[in-house]
Amino acid sequence: MPEQTVIEAVRDTMRAEMRRDESVILLGEDVGLRGGVFLATDGFIEEFGEDRVIDTPLAESLICGLALGAAVNGMRPLAEIQFADFVWPAINQLVGEAARVRYGTNGVKTAPMTIRVPYGGGVRGGLYHSQSIEVLFAHTPGLTVVAPATPYDAKGLLASAIRSDDPVIVLEHKRTYRLVKGEVPIEDYTIPIGRAEIKRPGSEMTIVTYGLMLHYALQAAETASEQGLDVEVLDLRTLRPLDADAIAESVSRTGKVLIVQEDTPAVSISSEVAAIVGERCFFDLDGPITRLTAPELPPMPFSPLQEAAFMPSPEKIVAAIAKLAEL
Amino acid sequence: MVLSRYLDERVWLLNRQGKAAIAASAQGHEAAQVACIEATDPSKDHYLTYYRQFTAMMALGTKPEEMLRGFLAKDGDPMSAARQFPLHGAHPRVDLFNFSNVIATQLPQAAGVALADKLRGDDAVTIVFFGDGAASQGDTHEAMNFAGIRKLPIVFFCENNRYAISVPLNKQMAVDTVASRAAGYGFPGVQVDGTDVVAVYEATQAAVNRARAGDGPTLIEVSVERLQPHTTDDDHTRYRSPEDIAQMANKDPVKITSETLRRRDLLTEAEDEAIHAEAKRRVNVATDTVDAEPYPDTETMFDHVTSNRDEGGS
Amino acid sequence: MVAFKIELPHVGESVTEAIIGKWLKSPGEHIEKYDPLVEVITDKVNMDVPAPASGTLTKLLAAEGDTVPMGSVIAEMETDEANVQGDSESSPTPAGAKSPGSPLAGRIGTLVQGANVGPTGGEFLDTSLSSPEPGTRPATAASSGPDNGKQHFSPVVTRLAAQHGVDLGTLVGTGLGGRVTKKDVLAAAESAPPSTALADSISAEDQVIEPTPIRRMIAAHMVRSTSEIPHAWSAVEVDVTGMVAWRAANRQRFQQTHDVRLTYLPFTLLCVAAALKVSPRINSSWLDGKVVLKGAINVGVAVAAPEGLVVPVVQSAAGSTLLELAQQLDGVVKRARSGTMTLNDVHGGTFTLNNTGALGSVWGGAIINHPQAAILTTEAIVKRPVVITENDSDSVVVRSMMNICLSFDHRIIDGAEASIFLQAVRTGLEAIVVDTEF
Repeated sequence: MPEQTVIEAVRDTMRAEMRRDESVILLGEDVGLRGGVFLATDGFIEEFGEDRVIDTPLAESLICGLALGAAVNGMRPLAEIQFADFVWPAINQLVGEAARVRYGTNGVKTAPMTIRVPYGGGVRGGLYHSQSIEVLFAHTPGLTVVAPATPYDAKGLLASAIRSDDPVIVLEHKRTYRLVKGEVPIEDYTIPIGRAEIKRPGSEMTIVTYGLMLHYALQAAETASEQGLDVEVLDLRTLRPLDADAIAESVSRTGKVLIVQEDTPAVSISSEVAAIVGERCFFDLDGPITRLTAPELPPMPFSPLQEAAFMPSPEKIVAAIAKLAEL
Repeated sequence: MVLSRYLDERVWLLNRQGKAAIAASAQGHEAAQVACIEATDPSKDHYLTYYRQFTAMMALGTKPEEMLRGFLAKDGDPMSAARQFPLHGAHPRVDLFNFSNVIATQLPQAAGVALADKLRGDDAVTIVFFGDGAASQGDTHEAMNFAGIRKLPIVFFCENNRYAISVPLNKQMAVDTVASRAAGYGFPGVQVDGTDVVAVYEATQAAVNRARAGDGPTLIEVSVERLQPHTTDDDHTRYRSPEDIAQMANKDPVKITSETLRRRDLLTEAEDEAIHAEAKRRVNVATDTVDAEPYPDTETMFDHVTSNRDEGGS
Repeated sequence: MVAFKIELPHVGESVTEAIIGKWLKSPGEHIEKYDPLVEVITDKVNMDVPAPASGTLTKLLAAEGDTVPMGSVIAEMETDEANVQGDSESSPTPAGAKSPGSPLAGRIGTLVQGANVGPTGGEFLDTSLSSPEPGTRPATAASSGPDNGKQHFSPVVTRLAAQHGVDLGTLVGTGLGGRVTKKDVLAAAESAPPSTALADSISAEDQVIEPTPIRRMIAAHMVRSTSEIPHAWSAVEVDVTGMVAWRAANRQRFQQTHDVRLTYLPFTLLCVAAALKVSPRINSSWLDGKVVLKGAINVGVAVAAPEGLVVPVVQSAAGSTLLELAQQLDGVVKRARSGTMTLNDVHGGTFTLNNTGALGSVWGGAIINHPQAAILTTEAIVKRPVVITENDSDSVVVRSMMNICLSFDHRIIDGAEASIFLQAVRTGLEAIVVDTEF
């Protein structure tokens, strides 16, 4: 089975979808001649031409507004926001407009659009190339938000996103682009949106996580197993809609939950997961709901010691596992 | 125009009776909107409107009953099933998309619509409507910039009534006209008297032909008066002088058009009266009909959040 | 033609009255529905009030310059139509609501009558829901509540139970679906006198003993039985002279042949089991509002063990012989006294027998072993003078007499049934004579 990195899987999937469906058009800053700043679209303008690979002016609200207009008029736009930190000017077109098109036209108009957003830190990105932006989108009815962390999931979820008739935000952790390599089947497949996956089965505790943190959690679980602890790792994969059934099933079975996220804690994905666990697993809990997140600081400082202190790490997760296990 | 005027006035009355929660009037804009629509092809063109396009909606075939279902928020509102403010949503028969109340978001969207047509080689023009206030939004600049770069088949139609709620033109822009900005984006801009149906029609036709020919965008600015306050929640005596308000009576497009048609012997007084009587009758019938209709069931509130029904919360 | 009163409608104002500005129509004039009738002046805005129907204006009831409350009649007309839809009255605005007796009430403030805000500012007063809605379906209530199958103990219940030595299994839950709540645990923990009462009522000469967990369990169990089961009592005297004679004659042989110590208990057990078979309501349980007749007859025998009263169970007592019963009893009682009982030994009892007579008691009113329906005590065997009637002639003889006392659950069992059961036990015991074959 061939192996690919996340960025290779993303690139191949986009290429395959553009070949498969003429109505898929690409737009964003530097996606054409440059091939994308992460080379996600390397070679695309040569293959698909200027009409399907559009280098837009530097204007994020425009990019998402264009995508929405084109989507409403029969295309399947695949837009890229170059860095998550730049998405804020486009929030209105996404949260205020795209999310509500179907609802506000009683289904007459739909917005089958996909926005890919590289996000996350640990890359010495400082305050403006490190942010996690999932919360606003995951809160919005009408939007779908996916966050694949492996090459296999990146292909399957991106394909589902592009084929979905709803506006989908695809959050790709930029550190995983080249860091994570894994098996990716050549044949066409999709992964259903809204399904979490147990990446490592266990019996004593569940770690619920997503993004880069999945890989750190898996490392930590491996270390913990050497110490005799049997830890399950649940990869959320979709942040909206959250797979509440999977979360409840796993935590009810293991009795303890550690939620690991890179984002800051207040009003975050971990808050929502904790609420779900409290609502659905109360009588099966053998310990308090526990979270391991970044500290409450603007993400994230540039200098190396501070960046490392900000980010969760496998070591920090191992310590949290041990602490929760001994309760 | 006459039907629109009577219905427009009726909606304000319904608001004062507590039945129509909010209304933005097109009184003063009627001629410009009718003339513009007339120069387009509703069988293939796209229209992105905003909240003041009352007359344009009717010119595109929206019936008084349908309009009233929107204003009274009744079951059967064709635009948004009454989930949105009146006139907002998507039209059932023509490609009209009047999406949100956030100002000027429709301009980048219109550019996207036009882009799709151009990429497919479809022979359709996108007309996007906006006001003098919207001309200040970042989205407007971004959309016009892109439209100019890509020579999109789009007509930017600005209805300048000199007030954005209460903010007068000289606090909205440092230039004299919105049309003058088109040069900054690389395409022509024209300013037209919005009470002159013929002038507006001809300007729109030229812009539409230009777009169809692949020559790119045009910015049309029509000058109109806003005969009523911004909406039924506004009181323009707070910021407009009595003289300013009074002088609008000379710029009433329904009166002007009627006089023009009669002066040119295209309309007799009897015909004019008959038009008024029929408009009034239709408006009364529509009011009585829709007033008695039910509201949308609360169960339907959960429909159409996403393509997956099960996902909606309840 | 119908006479119709025209009211000043409630409109989007923060005041409740208006001044009549100018009448635009006069009495006698024909008016069309929606024609402007009168200009009124309010705090915020001047408005035209429209005609509510078509017809003829007949009377003006308010003069120009008058201040008129909203809702009052300002004119009359004769309508053209038979039925006129009155303008739907706006729903009454809430009276100023005061926050209930809070010390912050002044700072919290109250609600201003008639104040409203329209969709984008403004003063719009919504009348759209003032008439009843035609049949909107009620939202289906989401079903919630605990899983009915499992018994759930919440974290706080488990903690408090451990802290106070409460046996959760003995608690009746007062929560939804019988769930044991925090309150239940605390109440169980406090079934002993509360500590403050204790502190008040002990003196220096008193000795306060901390009950063992088993003692606490027993206490909780007794409280449960007596608070839940309405007890009633009945008793009979049994002439056990024959049983006494049989045992005296056969005791030694029994011990030598079967290595089993023969007490009176196996005899009572034999007769009780047989009697239970024909009086199933004595061998039942009140559960969830239903009477459950137990299929098995498993008789628990109260035994004084070192830590306290325990009740080992003789399973399937009805089918066994005297010997089998004697053996079983011997075994469980030995285990009970030595503290080596197994779970099987205490499981599944449907009726309880308590030989209170062993220590001399002649009368008992035992507490039923929840969730059973009855308990029988066998009292001391005492030689008494009794009257025997033979051939219409009374004589006094000395007989060994044993009282047996039944406490029963009066929800399930009436006095008659109790008596029938007691008679059956008595008959069985009195039938034993020195040469009875078992």
